Amino acid sequence: MNKIHVKTNINGDQVEFLADSRETLLDCLRDHVGLTGSKEGCGTGDCGACSCIFDGELVSSCLVLGVEAEGKSIETIEGMAGQEDLHPLQKKFIEMAALQCGFCTPGILVAAKALLEKNNNPTETEVRYWLAGNLCRCTGYDKIIKAVMETAKDIRETA
Amino acid sequence: MAKDDITKSFKFIGTRPNRPDGFEKVTGRAKYGADISAVGMLHGAVLRSPYAHARIKSINFEKAAKLDGVKAIITRDDFPKDREGEPLKLLENTIAGEIAYYDGHAIAAVAATSVFTAKEALKEIEVEYEVLPHVIDVDEAMKPDAPIVRKNAGDFSVPEGSSPNVASYIEFGRGDITNGFDKADIVKSGLFKTEAAHQGYIEPHACMAQLDHNGQGEMWVCTQGHWYIRQMCSEVLDLEASKLCVTPSEIGGGFGGKTTIFIEPLALALSKKSGGRPVKIVMSRSEVLRATGPTASASMDVKIGMTKDGYLTAGCVEFRMQGGAFGGSPVSEALQCAFASYNMEAVHHIGFDVLANRPRAAAYRAPGSPMAAFAVESLIDEMCTDLDLDPIDVRLMNAVAEGSKSSYGPKFKKIGLIETLEATKEHPNYSIELGANQGRGVAAGYWMNHGGETSVSVSLAEDGSVNVSVGTPDIGGSRASIALMTAETYGIPYDSVRVNILETGALGFNEPTHGSRATLASGKAVYEAANQTIAEMCRRVAKKWQIDPDAVYWENGYAKPAGPNAGDFTPISIKQIASEMDQTGGPIAGHHESSIRGVGHSFGVHIADVEVDPETGRVTVLRYLVAQDAGRAVHPSYVEGQFQGGAVQGIGWALNEEYVYGEDGCLQNAAFLDYRIPVASDLPNIDTIIVEVPNPDHPFGVRGVGETGIAPPLPALANAVAAATKVRLRSLPMSPTKVLKALKTGNDGC
Repeated sequence: MNKIHVKTNINGDQVEFLADSRETLLDCLRDHVGLTGSKEGCGTGDCGACSCIFDGELVSSCLVLGVEAEGKSIETIEGMAGQEDLHPLQKKFIEMAALQCGFCTPGILVAAKALLEKNNNPTETEVRYWLAGNLCRCTGYDKIIKAVMETAKDIRETA
Repeated sequence: MAKDDITKSFKFIGTRPNRPDGFEKVTGRAKYGADISAVGMLHGAVLRSPYAHARIKSINFEKAAKLDGVKAIITRDDFPKDREGEPLKLLENTIAGEIAYYDGHAIAAVAATSVFTAKEALKEIEVEYEVLPHVIDVDEAMKPDAPIVRKNAGDFSVPEGSSPNVASYIEFGRGDITNGFDKADIVKSGLFKTEAAHQGYIEPHACMAQLDHNGQGEMWVCTQGHWYIRQMCSEVLDLEASKLCVTPSEIGGGFGGKTTIFIEPLALALSKKSGGRPVKIVMSRSEVLRATGPTASASMDVKIGMTKDGYLTAGCVEFRMQGGAFGGSPVSEALQCAFASYNMEAVHHIGFDVLANRPRAAAYRAPGSPMAAFAVESLIDEMCTDLDLDPIDVRLMNAVAEGSKSSYGPKFKKIGLIETLEATKEHPNYSIELGANQGRGVAAGYWMNHGGETSVSVSLAEDGSVNVSVGTPDIGGSRASIALMTAETYGIPYDSVRVNILETGALGFNEPTHGSRATLASGKAVYEAANQTIAEMCRRVAKKWQIDPDAVYWENGYAKPAGPNAGDFTPISIKQIASEMDQTGGPIAGHHESSIRGVGHSFGVHIADVEVDPETGRVTVLRYLVAQDAGRAVHPSYVEGQFQGGAVQGIGWALNEEYVYGEDGCLQNAAFLDYRIPVASDLPNIDTIIVEVPNPDHPFGVRGVGETGIAPPLPALANAVAAATKVRLRSLPMSPTKVLKALKTGNDGC
């Protein structure tokens, strides 16, 4: 068994693990680091449930190899809330019932945060296209889109 | 809209508090099926048939067994040989015996120390197949010379001379059909077809199981109903049910598809064979699409008579549905829903449950109702167009109401179809002007809803907060609705209630979260159990006050003196009663077990506006309205969520989704890229109207809201496309290719 030693930064913490070269970043996060908040819905980059931030870029972590994390900085759903409080998107998702089963929610929150960091005044169409890579089967997206729009509005008003 | 007076007297019901499990679900802490691991755990993988129909001549796993890290390999030989009836069908579908009946049918399974080793081992298993002729399409399977899927599969109901692939036949009706059609000014008939769709839950099936040689075991699994998992696994593996403890994980969607077993018995059998080590199996998306339980495909003949004023005089349907190799299509439910919305003197229903070389159909949200709605509501719309009648007015003229005898038998109690139609008609969406290539479609839908076996307990904590224990997994906010009903019953704050979902050993048998029943049935049971504890609290307070228990009543979280004693004693709070429990008789708890009755029938009406691109055939949904009678919306946000989610699944079924098979009988689109469910950029907002005509048989008026919403979109979109293009599509999905062909040739897709 030839495993590769990987040193990386996840949600601000220095992390080391041994990866099989065939393992995806998602596998490593879930199985070696114990961060199971990122989900596997498809394993082929179609559903977005495993969305993470990889050196500042929004990625499907099922399409990144675990060994590629060497020396990089990764943000997952587990790093989204502050020590004192939830991220405004997390709060708004709960308040506006923007989740039902909750399985796609981590990926959608990570993706929506990436959007609002680039553009805190998106149109509804922009939100819908940004999140088109994140499948949700429960909600019909309506409350998700509204929660992202409302959060953006709050962020603009408090800025 | 009928909002009755009870609404005003509720303190908590009808409010929109944060769901109790929201924090865990937005932070990634909630544990779903694949999120659990155990010390010494092995990973399971399943070898699946690459053929639609094949005899398994031999399986050789010698080489695979020698791989380092492989701990157990199982085939059908590792399962009981004496199963019969439904347990045999479950076993056959879990793992093939002599014959693989569909592409993806499980043949063998491996447990190994890593996922990679397990998958490598699968490649080393040598299976010799003899490929057999297959049949995929339901009408092909009905032909006398069709390849036989399973011999002697037909039951007593099948008429002589039917195809050997007919598993069962159903026929019922009432009234004089000939006379009914004679009374009509126009009689119209048509053939309609829908393709199989998958529930498409984003979480693939996953479980971790452990089973000792003495038959004692445990399982962690994503499921809508863990007692069903326990029962089915016990039947398939010949275990004593009480020795298997099944704990439900959080569940990442189900929509009916997680009410049965697939990988669970395999994980148990692998665990047993590997000496009792825990075994985890997680399906890939491709396995989910190939080898779980999509819904049936349907071929449907409909004939309807209507007067020139729009009264429906008679209706006949013949539905043929294939539900895979073991039968079980929802043809019976489809027939019950077909004409359920309308008062019709004469109706006649015929149904065939047909076998094909496809995976065994599982439930999918209002099973059967969407197909029936597509056929019947499309044809009614065609007749409205022919007669230049308003489609909502025609439905209002014919709508069932309290006292109507339904098309399939039961007499309706208080129902809200008329109120729902009226609300739809008044909504601004119905009068927005449309442009070129745009069209509007209206359709109604019905679901009977379900109560079912239910067992709950309620206990008072030492500080006066309340623990509620239920057996219905929370798939879309039911913890919140159950907490609201509990808070309402006691008159204590919503935050003082914690709702737990317990494992199989902790409560009596519970049916799954299916049939739109979690809020309805667990809510009713919790109300009964909570009232037991309230009676006990009043009894203890009466003893303290030394008055008759009947002279104490409960209000807003307090025991209060009633009647002549009023004013003699200071009311005592639930907090105080709880703090003194140890001295007044010990713990206070209530429980309720029953088959919950008194479901409220559910009706919905949808309006879809679409634009059809004449060059590409693409259908864009411009706006969409769902109106549905909720009975009582306990947490309106999650009721709206059910309406919206159901509608979008229906939109997907109508426009994009279908099982595509090759000539070899293998599924060609077993990935989310090709089995395309709606994405955010495909859709507009989904507008909702919650109509509230309370269910008289529920303490809070709840009807159940989960399922009805998936039925009307299929016909509503077909009707909208027909209005936009003047071409009628009678086959789903209305993919761009099919729409373009219809625009060019007038072909209805059948």
